[in-house]
Amino acid sequence: MVLDETWIPQIVDMRSASLAAASPNAGDTAWVLLCAALVLLMTPGLALFYGGMVRSKSVLNMMMMSFIGMGTVSVSWILWGYSETFGPDLGDGLLGDPFTHFGLHGVMRAVYGPVGKGIPAPAFVAFQVVFAIIAVALVSGAIADRAKFATWTGFTVLWATLVYFPAAHWVFALSGYAARAGGWIVNDLHVVDFAGGTVIEINAGAAGLALALVLGKRVGFGKEPMRPHNLTLVMIGAGLLWFGWFGFNAGSALSAGTLAAGVWINTLAAGAAGMLGWLAVERTRDGRLTSLGAVSGLVAGLVAITPSCSVLSPVGSVLLAAVAGAVCAWAVGLKHRFGFDDSLDVVGVHLVGGLIGTLGIGLLATPGGPAGATGPTGLFYGGGLDQLGRQALGAGAVLIFSFVMTYAIGLALQKTVGFRVTEDDERAGIDQIEHAETGYDLGHLFSSGRTNPTHHGRLTDREGAGL
Amino acid sequence: MRLVTAIIKPFKLEDVKEALEAYGITGITVSEATGYGRQRGHSEVYRGAEYKVDFVPKLRLDVVVEDVDARSVVDVIVKSAQTGRIGDGKVWTTPVDDMVRVRTGERGASAL
Repeated sequence: MVLDETWIPQIVDMRSASLAAASPNAGDTAWVLLCAALVLLMTPGLALFYGGMVRSKSVLNMMMMSFIGMGTVSVSWILWGYSETFGPDLGDGLLGDPFTHFGLHGVMRAVYGPVGKGIPAPAFVAFQVVFAIIAVALVSGAIADRAKFATWTGFTVLWATLVYFPAAHWVFALSGYAARAGGWIVNDLHVVDFAGGTVIEINAGAAGLALALVLGKRVGFGKEPMRPHNLTLVMIGAGLLWFGWFGFNAGSALSAGTLAAGVWINTLAAGAAGMLGWLAVERTRDGRLTSLGAVSGLVAGLVAITPSCSVLSPVGSVLLAAVAGAVCAWAVGLKHRFGFDDSLDVVGVHLVGGLIGTLGIGLLATPGGPAGATGPTGLFYGGGLDQLGRQALGAGAVLIFSFVMTYAIGLALQKTVGFRVTEDDERAGIDQIEHAETGYDLGHLFSSGRTNPTHHGRLTDREGAGL
Repeated sequence: MRLVTAIIKPFKLEDVKEALEAYGITGITVSEATGYGRQRGHSEVYRGAEYKVDFVPKLRLDVVVEDVDARSVVDVIVKSAQTGRIGDGKVWTTPVDDMVRVRTGERGASAL
């Protein structure tokens, strides 16, 4: 988040009598609430994007891995997550106090932000929780087709609590906004991460890599064809992601004004140029322009602009996103070279794209961006290497923290309750095994009306496996 | 009686059906089939990863006819299914011992 010059830090304490001076601005409030809803829609959008890319026997499981986060992360957020992220800093900018605002205690009537331009604290709470939800959902793409669903559900709570909330505190908890003291990356290191290039994209990408390594490759990876089963779902999902991303980035202004509008334009530029960058690589390398390539490039461009949308010019945004689209088109091939099964390219798109965007700030940041003179100046605009170094430190810190923590959580779950389904179950299809459902009813033999409802309660092995 | 089986390109189904109707064949069974012959398959590319798709979608037609009609029916199918390009398919016949119409119990040629 970037503050304009009129910024006056103000904490509204419910016990003080200063509420009248801090009534929220109606326009800003409406914008942030609307953006929170836009960003929530990105998670079902991601479910479609991911769901279409897996084989038809796994589509429901893939979509559920995204949807379950809307349940688990929302509840965790209300109980302790918000407080852990934006509560008073426990020291050195590492973590908020999870108990101060437990259950959103003391938050519901507060107002955050400068006098006359504030928003109700619950609007801020709402806007931030949808980021946490989609960050968790992003990770799931790395372990498609093979994770025990109950373990994944537990993982979403553990990962949010032990990885996302702390990292979000480091990057998003601006001192003087929700609490007097916030996180170290934004306040001490002065890293620019406007909408979450580190804490969402790099974090989810590093976590995806860790889980892909813990769980291992899918049965038949690299030998059997694992084509996307429904690219139309993927394209609808990508459209919803872009739509929601305007809320994600422009909403991060936390106000409805010049900053939000400028960020909106950069978000448009990035999706567009990312798509073209990826397609350019495909045309040269494979000779075809694919629909999956177009939407993958679109997402790669949006990933890269997420941290940088406030400090780049529109032309800078086009340049950054085109590079991100092209580099990610190449980076998705790394898993085949190194033999790890990051099934839906969380590493190739989100980790790589997130790094390009976060480091790109050090090169391309300009006072000509939406944040104006409040932002840093990058190397290409005569700002030297200072900001690039800060960006690299921030990105590296989140990357290493996320990878190590996620690997540990994944391994602990694998060794105790088990994280991976059996080979037989994986071959039979995880939808039937884990959810006792089938995504599509298209065949002749087993179509609706020909299966008999028998009894409620637990299915027998035979029925559950459908074998 | 003989069973005439044909593997054809899916888009030729209407032509073949009309030609068989014109010849006087009253019913056929059509099923989706996949396979490969000399045509082989094709390649698809997803995020730069190339997949060889060996099996080509085809339609399989089955029709039982009297012995005297078998050769003509094969000719009718070949003529109507032909495009002259690779992958047009195959037609073959096999002898059929017996046949029963389920509704009436009629046997042999009268069940056709």
